[in-house]
Amino acid sequence: MTIDWTHFTPGLSLAGGLLLGVAAALFILLNGRILGISGIVGGLLAPQRGDIAWRAAFLLGLAIAPLVFIAVMPANLVHPPKIDATTLEVVVAGLLVGIGTRYGAGCTSGHGVCGLSRLSPRSMVATAAFMAAGFVTVYLVRHFF
Amino acid sequence: MHRINRIFEFLVGLIFGLGLILSGMTDPSKVIGFLDLSGAWDPSLAFVMGGAVLVGVFAFAIAKKRTSTFLGGALRLPTTSQIDRRLLVGALLFGAGWGLAGFCPGPALVSMSAGQPKALLFVAAMVTGMAIFETAERIARRTKATTHPA
Repeated sequence: MTIDWTHFTPGLSLAGGLLLGVAAALFILLNGRILGISGIVGGLLAPQRGDIAWRAAFLLGLAIAPLVFIAVMPANLVHPPKIDATTLEVVVAGLLVGIGTRYGAGCTSGHGVCGLSRLSPRSMVATAAFMAAGFVTVYLVRHFF
Repeated sequence: MHRINRIFEFLVGLIFGLGLILSGMTDPSKVIGFLDLSGAWDPSLAFVMGGAVLVGVFAFAIAKKRTSTFLGGALRLPTTSQIDRRLLVGALLFGAGWGLAGFCPGPALVSMSAGQPKALLFVAAMVTGMAIFETAERIARRTKATTHPA
């Protein structure tokens, strides 16, 4: 293993991570809910009365983030993402993420950020499992096939 | 009645989205650079999780001691602690998908809003996957109800 120093962004990533933590903190302490994206989206597919508006409000905030980011951040921090996956890979990946996050009741935010912060053994196991699967998948796709 | 809460939820979504963009999580090539241990490894995403948990541990330590939010609403902490096959299989499937495209749900939604066509495709597939899960659960519940009538 070698470190990819050219792409390494410890400062920005730490700052972004702190913002994620602040959002999760505000959500549990003010709104009383776990900030888990897959749960927030998934709940809209089995809609219940009085349980829709808060999800929509949150997702709307998430959706305008790119616009706000471009408006307030210096231009050198704004760069388009690079997606190497093929169309077929993107579709398969989306299906796996959709089914997996609902079946396992959480993703990087619910199990990762919130679960680890709660010191929940269940979320620690889930996070270890999805990270391990991520490492193995990238190894297979990039270095094996 | 809880109109003020909608504003908080909107703002929290915005802060979360800004955090995802700033951290690099919305760039699949960066996510895969982190997950690729045998190539040139970019450890940045460990700093994302570190930063988030650094704030989160304090917030959840406070939350665990309370029964209501600071606005007086219900505080809903998860009650499930079971580590079962559902959790493991689900997390493994999710991780495989995450590694395959470099997107997890939040960053995919943000990139879709930024107008990335592949992110839109990913979100469409992801929502389809979630709908498949809901349908499978509904069928399982119905089968259970007919074979074991209450």
